[in-house]
Amino acid sequence: MSEPTLVYHYDIDGDDFSSAGQASVSIKTNLRQLGLSPEIIRRVSIAMYEGEINMVIHAKGGTADVKIFEDYIEIILADKGPGIKDIDQAMQEGFSTASDLTRSLGFGAGMGLPNMKRYSDDMKIESVVGVGTTVTMRINIA
Amino acid sequence: MIIEDLKKYLDAEILCCEENLKRPIYSACGCDLMSDVLAYVKDQGVLLTGLVNPQVVRTAMMMDMVCIVFVRSKAPTDEMLKLAKDNGIVIMRTSMRLYEACGILYSNGLTGNKN
Repeated sequence: MSEPTLVYHYDIDGDDFSSAGQASVSIKTNLRQLGLSPEIIRRVSIAMYEGEINMVIHAKGGTADVKIFEDYIEIILADKGPGIKDIDQAMQEGFSTASDLTRSLGFGAGMGLPNMKRYSDDMKIESVVGVGTTVTMRINIA
Repeated sequence: MIIEDLKKYLDAEILCCEENLKRPIYSACGCDLMSDVLAYVKDQGVLLTGLVNPQVVRTAMMMDMVCIVFVRSKAPTDEMLKLAKDNGIVIMRTSMRLYEACGILYSNGLTGNKN
């Protein structure tokens, strides 16, 4: 496998919901500077934004790595949260374990993971209950 | 329609980025659920919402929206206004309810996305 031409790393702060999404905003700015198409930029930033929100809501933060390859972009979101017990169930639109507080903030309606899948060309979830979750998304550039 | 027309139709108060009022807009969406905005909205320039927190502005940024209308006289925080200002997103506020505001804009030709 070829090496990425660029790698962006972010630590996602899980303490403050109001600051969630900062890494995605930063990625959006960086990708614009690389001259990628608006559609690709939007898909990458939305997929990452939903992931970031998820990490803040469920896992008290984590890390995000965005790797730019010649013909695709890979987003790796890793947390040490509670893990996902049933991934198939979590992937269903409308299924959510989020708190009422999260819902009152406009999220937690069970659309996060389905949206991440919707905007990526490939998505892989590895999760161990009590250990954490890693979501890897790939978005093709070409 | 341009953003300035929204101000007129909704009797709205501009809170940020007045310099961008001449920007054109072709469609809009009214929603309090940001995940739905992220899921279903495509190429819509305006978000009308009654939800007030910084994620509303970030969601609009992710979707390349140019204007946010807060309904029911909701007041955005200074943090939200700064975020919008840094990104050139016009923020306005109307006393109308979401349904009413959307209906007025729709009947004046600002339709939703047909897809």
